[in-house]
Amino acid sequence: MTSNLFRQILQRPTGVLCAALLAVLYLIAIFAAVISPYAPSDQNLAKTYHPPTGLVWHDGRLCVRVYKLVDPTEALYRAEPDRLAPVHFWAKSAPYKLWGFIPMEHRLFGVDSAERIYLLGSDSTGRDVFSRLLYGSQVSLSIGLIGIFITTVIGVTVGGLSGYFGGPLDNVTMRLTELLMAVPDLYLIIALRAALSAYFDSGQIFLLIVGILSFIGWSGTARVIRGLTLSLRNRPFIHAAEALGQTPFVILWKHLFPNLLGYLIVTSTLSIPGYILGEAALSFLGIGIQEPSTSWGLMLSQAQDMKVFMLNFWWLLTPGLAIFVTVILFNALGDVLRDIVDPKLKTQV
Amino acid sequence: MCATPLLEVRNLAIDFGRGENATHAVKGISFTIADGETVAVVGESGSGKSVTALSLTRLLPTPPARYVGGEILFNGRNTLTLSGDELRPMRGKQIAYIFQEPGTSLNPVFTIEFQIAEAIRLHRPEVKDVRGEVVRALDLVGIRDPEKRLGDYPHQLSGGMQQRVMIAMALACHPKLLVADEPTTALDVTIQKQIMDLLRELKGRLGMSIMLITHNFGIVADIADRVVVMFRGHIVEEGKTADVLRNPQHPYTRALIDCVPRLGQKQRRLKAIDHAEIEALLKP
Amino acid sequence: MKTYIFKRLLTMIPMLLGVTFLVFLLMSLSPGDFLTPIKAQRDISAEYIRQLEAEFGLNRPWYVQYFLWLKNLLHLDFGYSWTYKIPVVQLLAQRAPCTLLLSITSLIFSWAVAIPLGVLAAVYKGSIFDKISAFLAYTTLSVPGFFLALVAVYFAARTGWFPTGGLTSIDHDYLSFPERILDYAHHLFLPTLILGIGGIAGLMRIMRTSTLDVIHADYVMTARAKGLGERAILFRHVLRNAINPLVTTLGFAFSGLLSGALLVENVMNYPGLGQLVYQAFLRKDQFVVLGAVVLGSVMLIVGNLLADLLLAWTDPRIRYDK
Repeated sequence: MTSNLFRQILQRPTGVLCAALLAVLYLIAIFAAVISPYAPSDQNLAKTYHPPTGLVWHDGRLCVRVYKLVDPTEALYRAEPDRLAPVHFWAKSAPYKLWGFIPMEHRLFGVDSAERIYLLGSDSTGRDVFSRLLYGSQVSLSIGLIGIFITTVIGVTVGGLSGYFGGPLDNVTMRLTELLMAVPDLYLIIALRAALSAYFDSGQIFLLIVGILSFIGWSGTARVIRGLTLSLRNRPFIHAAEALGQTPFVILWKHLFPNLLGYLIVTSTLSIPGYILGEAALSFLGIGIQEPSTSWGLMLSQAQDMKVFMLNFWWLLTPGLAIFVTVILFNALGDVLRDIVDPKLKTQV
Repeated sequence: MCATPLLEVRNLAIDFGRGENATHAVKGISFTIADGETVAVVGESGSGKSVTALSLTRLLPTPPARYVGGEILFNGRNTLTLSGDELRPMRGKQIAYIFQEPGTSLNPVFTIEFQIAEAIRLHRPEVKDVRGEVVRALDLVGIRDPEKRLGDYPHQLSGGMQQRVMIAMALACHPKLLVADEPTTALDVTIQKQIMDLLRELKGRLGMSIMLITHNFGIVADIADRVVVMFRGHIVEEGKTADVLRNPQHPYTRALIDCVPRLGQKQRRLKAIDHAEIEALLKP
Repeated sequence: MKTYIFKRLLTMIPMLLGVTFLVFLLMSLSPGDFLTPIKAQRDISAEYIRQLEAEFGLNRPWYVQYFLWLKNLLHLDFGYSWTYKIPVVQLLAQRAPCTLLLSITSLIFSWAVAIPLGVLAAVYKGSIFDKISAFLAYTTLSVPGFFLALVAVYFAARTGWFPTGGLTSIDHDYLSFPERILDYAHHLFLPTLILGIGGIAGLMRIMRTSTLDVIHADYVMTARAKGLGERAILFRHVLRNAINPLVTTLGFAFSGLLSGALLVENVMNYPGLGQLVYQAFLRKDQFVVLGAVVLGSVMLIVGNLLADLLLAWTDPRIRYDK
């Protein structure tokens, strides 16, 4: 089923394009530490709101222009005509750890430590927007996958069991899902965030966010899975399995689950954007990922600053573009998958 | 015999699709229906009989359908060359339809009054008391207490009642020709009988022509003056009902007649139709 | 129908009890309360703090506090806002209508755009128009609402064509009645646009699919055989059926609207319920958060009920009273 699905994706141009671009995005996220020239919290208070540094080809090598701060209140920088800093590839840098445990001393590119390379400019404390964008992708790209994994596991288990057994269990779980759906999502998120934040330190906020989003998300999956289980429940092949004396868990796992797999793959892909947008919204409101960590939503919240607006630092909006591209890729891929798995689902999902 | 028939179909040919993949649904057929005459078009599914019926007022969606040849003369005018604006007053007013599935042929979100009144307002703008006219139409098709039914939605009626409403809607504008496309196929046997009885009675009372599409020779004998037998887009036999039933010329007609079970013939097994044999006969 | 509505309203009670219990439990889980910042101030006597604690019932276990709060709720007493220094009811009464207004205007906006676009995309399936609208739907579906809001604020600030926040102008009270309405409209325009755009794509796709489903239905053939013109067929027979799936989504739409409104209100500085609950959360203004969540839930549940009733009205096959 899965390998077949993969082959079918490869037969469709949109599918190939989306899958390939997403793969590139995930590779960038995985190697963000190596690709980005600076650490996400690397400040430079002398170079705040720096514009993107111009790249020039000089003397057979790539160089960046060097800028001079003309007017600090307006954050006006001017390129100095004859000063250039060469770009080094595989440049030596301050030691850091890749994936938290591999000690490294080089980054893909960089300039001499006296100067700075800001591909997308710098923010209010002189941190490199480009580096933060790359590091931020780790949050945005992983939150969807982890979140959807948790929701699917909970949703399938709860929905499958209550659909299969019915009775009081079904009653309780369905009332619970209705309860969760009766509160507007963001209101509930805020309440949960208020309640639980004291039990997580700022480094664990990521876990908290994933937890909250999954806690909200499982009810929808559970209800749909329950409905599908109910309709499959009375098919002859389930009765046959029961007659053979198989346990409910084996029946759920071996007979029901494979039948729901196609549906799950499609809805999961289409729900991932929800998690990405959810995290971005929370971080944007300032109740998600906290400084000095970075995420796309958090970076956008800095753009809210009127000063940023008025000075037209549009590059601070690049995280918005990044969110947009990622979400559109997942949506398009989900549509391709839906066409493959069940063209009729179109009206239902 | 009438000098000019009400409907004359000449060499009508209809394709679905284009080029190599085109299906020839109707392959150059000709037949006539006279004023007041009831003609049954009999054949199995896919024989082209429904396509022919819908083509009379060009109801087939184009594409995929394509009118590739022939003409359909209704009162001497060729409907295949009329413009949409010329055709529309003809639909419902001159030629009215009832379809196979009354359950899906009525719009579920409108009351039956609205749906019948819509036709009356469209084709008989001179009628002042539209509601009274709707009641009369419902009364005509044997619906009891028609006033009480006006506000009903289609889903509140039984299949037989729904089909009666369809007939009332079709007859509300006094059409010259009623095309009944398998009007009883989706109904229970007892209801089938009632609807056919109703059609026969109305035919006698209103004097219109009927084109009855069916695959069941059993209901032909009662009502039809003439029979046209279609097979794979061809007309294979045509004649007076009694003649055809008594003495079918074509093996396919014989096979269709043999499909009708009869009381008192316990020993006979119903025969399946051998298509290959009939196909061979069609080749010149 | 009346019994049905009554029954649905009755089921609201356990639902709201559940919601309030859940939220109260959550609030009590979080350490500290709205007095914490005051306790940190040295010049406030311990006596006064104890007095305040007693007044707000903070010295009791959380479940007792919950029942106290519920008891007061029966007299529509939602408690007292510590930060705004007024009863919570007054705050809610100020803010909820704003959010309701915004939600309704954006709902109307998104439906008014989505229905014609969806129908046209279905009628001209496969045409350039269909493809462009599908692409635009994709685009709007993928842009975060708050990002759009941000851009809108920027636009408003740059051009000065629209206010950058608020519900009314400073001189609102001195305006004549029609001018006041215009003033509201002027302030509502951008938030409505931003909140509404998010819904258009989804609605449009539903409308397109359901129109495609309906356009080949038998009753459309019947209508055509009757001699109706294509316009009457489309706007009478097709549209009335195709719109039903859209009405079903109304219930979900309310949830999305309230959440979306929270973001838009905060970015665009619109004085609604969402902005209130968010700021109250930051200040640990417990009773305000509770009241706002309860009111949000009531709006959502009543919205769902209205959507169900509307569906029964547009689709005669649906009847709730048996």
